[in-house]
Amino acid sequence: MAASEKSTIERVRATLARRNRAERRFKNFGRAAVLVGLVFLVLMFVNIILTGYSAFWQTFVKLPVHFDAQVIDPGGAGDPETLGSADYGALVKTSVRSLFPEVSGRRHRRDLGQLVSRGTVFQLRRMVLEDPSLVGSRAEVWVPADDDYDMLHKGNVDRTLPEADRRLSDRQIGWFDRLADDGRVESRFSATFFTAGDSREPELAGIRGAAMGSFFTLAVTLLLSFPLGVATSVYLEEFAPRNRVTALIEVNINNLAAVPSIVFGLLGLAVFINLFGLPRSAPLVGGLVLTLMTLPTIIIAGRAALKSVPPSIREAALGVGASKLQMIVHHVLPLAMPGMLTGTIIGMARALGETAPLLMIGMVAFVVDVPQSVTDAATALPVQIFLWLDSPERAFVERASAAIMVLLAFLVAMNALAIVLRRRFERRW
Amino acid sequence: MQRKSVLTAAVVALAVAGLATAASAQSRDYIQIVGSSTVYPFTTVVAEQFGKTTKFKTPKVESTGSGGGLKLFCAGVGVEHPDMTNSSRRIKKSEVELCSKNGVRGIVEMKVGYDGIAVANSKKAKALSLTPRDLYLALAKDVPANADGSKLQANPYKTWKDVNPKLPALKIEVLGPPPTSGTRDAFVELVMDKGCATFSAIKKMSKKPRRAACRTMREDGAFVEAGENDNLIVQKLDANPDAFGIFGFSFLDQNTDKLQGAAINGAKPEFETIADGSYPVSRPLFVYIKKAHLDVIAGMREFLAEYASEKAWGDEGYLTDKGLIPMPKKERAMFSSDVKNLKNLAL
Repeated sequence: MAASEKSTIERVRATLARRNRAERRFKNFGRAAVLVGLVFLVLMFVNIILTGYSAFWQTFVKLPVHFDAQVIDPGGAGDPETLGSADYGALVKTSVRSLFPEVSGRRHRRDLGQLVSRGTVFQLRRMVLEDPSLVGSRAEVWVPADDDYDMLHKGNVDRTLPEADRRLSDRQIGWFDRLADDGRVESRFSATFFTAGDSREPELAGIRGAAMGSFFTLAVTLLLSFPLGVATSVYLEEFAPRNRVTALIEVNINNLAAVPSIVFGLLGLAVFINLFGLPRSAPLVGGLVLTLMTLPTIIIAGRAALKSVPPSIREAALGVGASKLQMIVHHVLPLAMPGMLTGTIIGMARALGETAPLLMIGMVAFVVDVPQSVTDAATALPVQIFLWLDSPERAFVERASAAIMVLLAFLVAMNALAIVLRRRFERRW
Repeated sequence: MQRKSVLTAAVVALAVAGLATAASAQSRDYIQIVGSSTVYPFTTVVAEQFGKTTKFKTPKVESTGSGGGLKLFCAGVGVEHPDMTNSSRRIKKSEVELCSKNGVRGIVEMKVGYDGIAVANSKKAKALSLTPRDLYLALAKDVPANADGSKLQANPYKTWKDVNPKLPALKIEVLGPPPTSGTRDAFVELVMDKGCATFSAIKKMSKKPRRAACRTMREDGAFVEAGENDNLIVQKLDANPDAFGIFGFSFLDQNTDKLQGAAINGAKPEFETIADGSYPVSRPLFVYIKKAHLDVIAGMREFLAEYASEKAWGDEGYLTDKGLIPMPKKERAMFSSDVKNLKNLAL
């Protein structure tokens, strides 16, 4: 007996150092894993921010515009119809040429016209329509530079390369540098990026349309999936009898949570568009599809939250004479709500980042007009990122990174909200 | 309680009614276009221009791929179906039959221009001058074992020098599009088939074994399917100067500071060489129009007039700024009048 006791302590002592080493090793493995994860995260963020931050600025050029009455309104009638259909392209050409009077030759003049964005024409048109008294006057107007010059100004064009290898010739760069020396070039905050819909000209493209599309889609998703999800989880957890049917339903819900999202897109195409005849590309259909996708997540989170409410609460409520519905509505649901909301927000965050199901229902599309309702044609933020990354113009890469930053900001905000709700309202038992 | 359930029932009924009206009152006030991702960058430019300069709404353009687009296009007549579809290849006979089965009879074909396919590598490496035969020998799964191609063997070539002694001893590594892509179809048709036809015995084979011999790509790592995203291929080429990539000309055009195109049959992929046909790897791009919708959807005629105008698809039109290779003048005039007169498609 005594001998064996001694030998136990000896054994403990003999292995103590080795076991401590094992523990330290395990801790270090854990730290290394966290570190590797963090390094990749930081790399991703740095990469996105470095490519994307410049998209929030846009290069502008100051043009001396003569709103020539001869061009805009030769009759002098001043009705919006005439003002709207005038040849504003000619105004832009004249004003750019007035800056470089020495340039001649068709080819060079054409290049000159591409110094400023193609949107300039619409900008001048809008100015005149808003204020017809401009006709006949002269004004200095700041207009966005073309995307190639924007890239040049932002330093994304290597000037040391041979001329043939650049999108801009020495002559074109010379023009731009002269404008810059004259103080006619300025980098400004790009409001367009937040107020415009999609465009094929990078300098005119914005995320407003996609953001509104995402908003409408998520609104539909939230309105449908939250009540449905809560009702389903309450019924399954509190009322449903435990039998084969409910067991089958449970298995199916858990399965659905793991189904690839594109399958929901196919389902949406077959049911909502082909069978119900809802319009293609509409946030309404997108919301319905994403509802199907997020419902399982919400139901599972909701049931977990209901399960975590201790039975003593239920028994106490029933004990003082509450009906089962009163017990649930007055006592169990309020206590389970933070958990349910967390599940909902995480489900919505997943829905916000989803593109695959939207592909099937036609939301991967070029939509210029900002959607005004759930039945208007729309895209969503992640789809916009995908479409921009697929465009050949280099300026779109920058814009896509900026859109990723906006999307990440939304996701971080939503997840932060989930954490705050949990911290503030969750009760631990 | 009673009142509450009545209220719930009313809300549900309202929601259902809302859905139903949304479905039935679905008259469309914008043009709906689907189809090829290759034509997408051009059609969207016209759509944007059209939306900004006319009183009509901007058409909605979806990027679904040529095949997917034609399938949607041929699904039927009515506002829930698209009005036009982009295609980077000509419509097939089977698709026309599908169309007419679903009641889509009047189809107008509009060729909008050409798109070149470039074989390019990084500027950091040497440019190559290739022929379709070189590319076929470098990329096919089975290549001729003897001079006339009557016997095939698994592709043994490791470097470009093995393929053609005039080329440098550079490892063969080509990134290209997957079989679902229209770019791949065109490449196979314009390069692999031609390269393979330089062997007399293969040329004489019947269609099926010939296609199998010519069109099956290597699977031993020399040819890598790099996905549909051409920008991704561009980035990979920049990072790996030994590799070559196959992608649309507009991506080469936008990245001339990083990439160079290999000459094929002596012609470099450039705007002029593709336009005059001396660069052999180019394909026509089409838009197909549903005649039955012309009088139902507002603005279709005006949109087509914009597309078929000289300031859009002409030699110096705004589409050429985006990398579209214009058709010769005579061809432009022909398609422009076809569209104006709504000439029916004839295969």
